Amino acid sequence: MSTMQDYKSSLSDPSSRKFETFSYLPALTPEQIRKQIEYIVSKGWNPGIEHTEPENAFGNYWYMWKLPMFGETNVDAILAEIEACHKTHPANHVRLLGFDNFAQSAGAAMVIYRGKTV
Amino acid sequence: MAVKSYSAGVKEYRETYWMPEYTPKDTDILACFKVTPQPGVPREEVAAAVAAESSTGTWTTVWTDLLTDLDYYKGRAYAIEDVPGDDTCFYAFVAYPIDLFEEGSVVNVLTSLVGNVFGFKALRALRLEDIRFPVAYVMTCNGPPQGIQVERDILNKYGRPMLGCTIKPKLGLSAKNYGRACYEGLRGGLDFTKDDENVNSQPFMRWRHRFDFVMEAILKAEAETGERKGHYLNVTAPTSDEMMRRAEYAKEIGAPIIMHDYLTGGLSANTQLAQWCQDNGMLLHIHRAMHAVLDRNPHHGIHFRVLTKILRLSGGDHLHSGTVVGKLEGDREATLGWIDIMRDSYVKEDRSRGIFFDQDWGSMPGVIPVASGGIHVWHMPALVSIFGDDSVLQFGGGTLGHPWGNAAGAAANRVAVEACVEARNQGRELEKEGKDILTTAAAHSPELKIAMETWKEIKFEFDTVDKLDVKHK
Repeated sequence: MSTMQDYKSSLSDPSSRKFETFSYLPALTPEQIRKQIEYIVSKGWNPGIEHTEPENAFGNYWYMWKLPMFGETNVDAILAEIEACHKTHPANHVRLLGFDNFAQSAGAAMVIYRGKTV
Repeated sequence: MAVKSYSAGVKEYRETYWMPEYTPKDTDILACFKVTPQPGVPREEVAAAVAAESSTGTWTTVWTDLLTDLDYYKGRAYAIEDVPGDDTCFYAFVAYPIDLFEEGSVVNVLTSLVGNVFGFKALRALRLEDIRFPVAYVMTCNGPPQGIQVERDILNKYGRPMLGCTIKPKLGLSAKNYGRACYEGLRGGLDFTKDDENVNSQPFMRWRHRFDFVMEAILKAEAETGERKGHYLNVTAPTSDEMMRRAEYAKEIGAPIIMHDYLTGGLSANTQLAQWCQDNGMLLHIHRAMHAVLDRNPHHGIHFRVLTKILRLSGGDHLHSGTVVGKLEGDREATLGWIDIMRDSYVKEDRSRGIFFDQDWGSMPGVIPVASGGIHVWHMPALVSIFGDDSVLQFGGGTLGHPWGNAAGAAANRVAVEACVEARNQGRELEKEGKDILTTAAAHSPELKIAMETWKEIKFEFDTVDKLDVKHK
């Protein structure tokens, strides 16, 4: 058994901030992101992109990037919108959602670009 | 209309209550009983007796029977079936007219269906296997205070099971030490911590101190992680007035979720609390202490699928469901059956899962199943596969027992659950590839690596006592 480690997390260390689902894993690789988008499409959910200044991340409403992409099944088209949102707002968190209109809930939600946390 | 005359004396039940030609109405409440009769009593007579004693009948004819239309109000035994693999008992199906029950009162339904009849001498044993509540009755009940979708929105948890942890030792900690244990778990990545069921307001930790310290733990963990957190503050109390006082205080300090034990606390108190939670925007976690007293014996008592339906009608947002894989009893197919009953809006009859009736829940929200008891990171792939996203996976010892403490234990579980969801979404088979998925994730998480080394060997390999009824091979 290796020696005990301290759990590094504090109010003063911005790297302690998390972003819900998948934020305890290393940032997803482009190939992993593609697979998650394929999952959203395969479920029949509507992809949507949202972004926020890191200091406002705790609220319910992030800024919508355009409208949710209703009926969009082209993975490359969805990836391109995520890229466009990130290029326009490079310091912001950018998250991808899969809206399940039957459950009226997001079936999937993950931060794809992590902005500069505070 | 035929006129009846009064003749005193004891009539055979089957003359009145055995009606094999009866077709149940859509509005009837239907029940399936597993009946073990005393030797020598005919099945039809026993089934009729169950119908009678759980509805309008008594042991002898009384003149006041003739002041009403008992043929309208009586319960009707309408079918009998063999129990697969067990000749000592049989299934009896009984239909009850909806008028027999007060609207919105599971208390009233149970008082009839599992009342005097369970002590009836002609029976050796009796078990209520399932109830079909007509949607007309369902809609008179208040149900879960918020439901699954609202809970996800309140807590901002999407696309994965939520994680919880019951604080241990279950008894004896001071409020400040207890809050510390909560804080460490929450900052490590849990969504919830939980009062153990027998934590109420004992001399070593009065409820109000606990609520205050735990709330500080929640707020600090939220600020630190940027994620929303909760702790199931147990408001189960000696009286329902006291229960409500504790609930009001939890709301006052901003707690998002409270907790109640619906069987020991009682169904009237539970229904009252659930309605209050709905009115006050609070989530309600439900513990099920005492359920095994009622549901574990295969021949006598009330099956857990019935207790599940009762809770969904009485109201609760979470309900403990068993884990299938942990330390507590729970057959896999039967568990899948009752987690469908908790969550789905329409559940089809499926004898392979022990479900005897179609059940339409109308617009009633679902309840989130909580898997808790003797589980650790190695169980995570199976748990995500069995329970899916709409669940709370709760690791008590599996968080607090981590060699580096609660925060590390929490982080290990959080990394494991996210790795499993990520892999599942990619189309990988969790129960086959679980080891590989966890090992890969542990490469980036020393907390998970140590957890996997700590719990590798622990298994609970006892056969279940209460199995589904199937033919012997």
